[in-house]
Amino acid sequence: MCRLALKTASDPFSPYEVLTAMEAMQEGYDGSGLGLLLRGLQFDDYKYNPKNPILSGIAHSEKAWHRLNKFMDERGFELRYDHEFETQAGKIEAKDRYRYFLRVYKMPATLAAKSEEEIETELMMTRLALRKNGEDHGNDLTAFSFWPDVVTIKEVGWPLDIGDGLGLNDSRIKSRVCMAQGRQNTNYGINLYACHPFFIQGIASMTNGENTAFVPIRDWLLGKHFPGYTGYQSDSETFTHILHYTLKQLQLPLQAFKHIITPLCNEELANHPQGEFLTGLRNTCRRLIIDGPNAVIATLPDESCMLVMDQKKLRPATVGGREGVWSFASEMCGVDAMIPDRDPANDFQPMREHTIIVPPERKELTIWSQHDPYPLDQAA
Amino acid sequence: MVSARSVSVGPGSLSYTDLPWIIQHREDRCTLCGHCTAVCPKEAIYLAYRRQRMPKLDVLKKKRGNEYRTFVGIRQRKNMANACIGCSMCSMVCPNEAIQPVPNDNEHRTLFFNNQKGVPTKRGGRRNKTGSTLLDRMMFNRISMLTDPALDAGRHEFNVTTTLGRTLDPAEFLKRTKEGGWIPPTREIFPFVIGSMSFGALSPNMWLGLLQGVAYCNEVLGIPVVMCTGEGGCPPWVLKSPYLKYIILQIASGYFGWDEIIRAIPDMQCDPAAIEIKYGQGAKPGDGGLLMWYKVSKLIARLRGVPEGVDLPSPPVHQTLYSIEESVMKMIQTLSTAFGHKVPIYPKISASTSAKSVLNNLVRNPYAGGLLIDGIDGGTGAAFNVSLDATGHPIASNVRECYLDLVKQGKQNEIPIFAAGGIGKNGNVTQNGMALIMLGASGVHIGKYIMQSAAGCLGNERNRCNVCNVGICPKGITSQNPKLYRRLDPDLVAERVGEVFMSIRTEMKKIMAPLGRSQSLPVGMSDALGIVDKDVADRLDIKYVC
Repeated sequence: MCRLALKTASDPFSPYEVLTAMEAMQEGYDGSGLGLLLRGLQFDDYKYNPKNPILSGIAHSEKAWHRLNKFMDERGFELRYDHEFETQAGKIEAKDRYRYFLRVYKMPATLAAKSEEEIETELMMTRLALRKNGEDHGNDLTAFSFWPDVVTIKEVGWPLDIGDGLGLNDSRIKSRVCMAQGRQNTNYGINLYACHPFFIQGIASMTNGENTAFVPIRDWLLGKHFPGYTGYQSDSETFTHILHYTLKQLQLPLQAFKHIITPLCNEELANHPQGEFLTGLRNTCRRLIIDGPNAVIATLPDESCMLVMDQKKLRPATVGGREGVWSFASEMCGVDAMIPDRDPANDFQPMREHTIIVPPERKELTIWSQHDPYPLDQAA
Repeated sequence: MVSARSVSVGPGSLSYTDLPWIIQHREDRCTLCGHCTAVCPKEAIYLAYRRQRMPKLDVLKKKRGNEYRTFVGIRQRKNMANACIGCSMCSMVCPNEAIQPVPNDNEHRTLFFNNQKGVPTKRGGRRNKTGSTLLDRMMFNRISMLTDPALDAGRHEFNVTTTLGRTLDPAEFLKRTKEGGWIPPTREIFPFVIGSMSFGALSPNMWLGLLQGVAYCNEVLGIPVVMCTGEGGCPPWVLKSPYLKYIILQIASGYFGWDEIIRAIPDMQCDPAAIEIKYGQGAKPGDGGLLMWYKVSKLIARLRGVPEGVDLPSPPVHQTLYSIEESVMKMIQTLSTAFGHKVPIYPKISASTSAKSVLNNLVRNPYAGGLLIDGIDGGTGAAFNVSLDATGHPIASNVRECYLDLVKQGKQNEIPIFAAGGIGKNGNVTQNGMALIMLGASGVHIGKYIMQSAAGCLGNERNRCNVCNVGICPKGITSQNPKLYRRLDPDLVAERVGEVFMSIRTEMKKIMAPLGRSQSLPVGMSDALGIVDKDVADRLDIKYVC
């Protein structure tokens, strides 16, 4: 079972702290992958403007590296900062890593003048085109995210080794939000794109456990013909896309996500103040109902963090912390490792109906229950 | 060699070994009680008095002569009209196990005489195709073993219901909710539906038993089973009862019973579960319903608004002005309007290579609430042999290609596909149904299975019984003759309906739990299916396993 850790703090911190927490939960993964996603970035050698998009990925050969440069130039993106990872040979298992990239670009003026939606589409299409470019050339180029204030790092191996291998312990990169997943490879081949967190248009999520309803959900999402609903090297990528669909396409509040992936049962809906609306929502989004022993942890562009459980709650996750700093982890020891100086009596393990939200101001947790009135005018 | 004229045989003369079923009678056990002959629906057996000559030769007295003895026993008639149908009612009533029919494994010659008086034989029942079906051979093989543990069928909560009725695209649903627009009606039902068997095809006791059972499932067991009336209306007391919500009313090309239904609308306490418009039937595609005159009793005649004792053949198609598409569109819209747009309306068609066209037509019809596809293994109350045996399309590939077509369009949640035809034919009802669900059906309809399991229908794929058409059902399931249908106790049928659906629900959990599924019916979960047949696997886009 994969291990998950998230830390969010008002003061930026090194991702290495979260990797240390992964170490505490080591029984649960097998070194088949690490995924890291950082938001609210701070570089010690560059003053970053959080409006500029950051491209994260790996060039597996020099040729791919040159193609990447050419591709971004042609698309009109101007390089502003190119983070040089202090790589340590021998720590990374894979041998075909020519260069990890984390590059800040300035958007072309023509694009910057466009609407937010058009910008978001262009950033996504650029990432997808780069991904396709790599796939068309024997997978020699991997692009994880291209978005303002988001960095994604994925690699095969043990989390601490990867952290050391990429020099993440030198505090040159810090962030206010860090998501990490230590992967337990299951049914699928080891593939960099299969590492969590998954990312689409500012929305990221990671999950432990498999989603046994993967195929029907994937089929339905593919039927939406939205270009970003692609990939699916991991069944958990569907969670990210469902969250994207909920927030971006349906324009529903974050609470709706839980109602969509694990709707209340018929009897519970009959007693809910907005039961009729929620029954309709359940029916209309029926193919997005998940099934699996999952904790889903997600972050949004405004740095909100969310944790929900699968309906069966076979894998309880924990949230703990204090004002200004919070952490989610698939195991309680992960929370201990990330925020040892907290009152553990205030830790919370969400039940199946709960959605835990840490809002951007990070003052306190919001614990929202599906049985609570639904906060939307549609349901009125 | 004797002259031909002295031999009392004609071209149509048959011997015992020419008949499909041969009666074995043990005279040493027979008590001559007469139960068997009284119960035989075909009058295939009779009590006979026979004289036996015993040649007697007294050598010493040099006399020769005869002695005669008479004896009585059961004999089998050998003409086509009275040929034994193997129902075994005789052996069921015999107090001494003295009689039973046995299937004749010879190539029996009755096949060449099933056109007496120039009329091809009709029968009720099934296709008569023995052996395991394709659905029987499906395996559920995506077993959760590692990260996703298998669930506990006995202890976890399972959601096993499905949606009947059109569902909107989520964005459209939210838009209409906000604007106060029309949201198409849906029903949350158990995915195994009692398929359309008409009041007319079924006896009053059978119908009552089913309805009692369905009500018990809903109100006591919490299993939201619904049943379909078939063509032929619905008794007025049911139309005006709170049980109507468990009933799908069928309208077919004969429109039988719809006068009563329309007249009852103002008095209805609740809406029916749905309206099914029958355009075709898997057992006899391209053919209309048929209620033969034997079964048009006074009660049936009154319900259907027809004279007693006449054949009621429905036309093969609905009366249309221009085209079937237009008819489908108009009928769906008209019926939706008649019930205030509060009842799902869906068509039933026979499985066919043209099913996809019908489906796509429905996708664009905002009032269409689903599609029921009935495969070649479906049953019927009456049809010509040739229709039953040779016309139609198997259900599995038809459902699969329709589902995949919807997937391509992203519409698979909007129009539910229901499948029928041969589900549970060999008893594996849950396995068959769940396989179809994983191929893409939202639910299945079962007809023959429920007759066999709940009422003890004797029919089988070796043409046992299968006389539903002529009203002589020995169990009283498909007869309108009070002497016969009083044999069937509706309470016992209801009890069996409850047992059957409880068992299906448990088996569904036992299938879903190892797959790690509990939160929703695994519609379209084709990654869970495997079959030891490469061609089938390729055709259905599932895993080939060996």
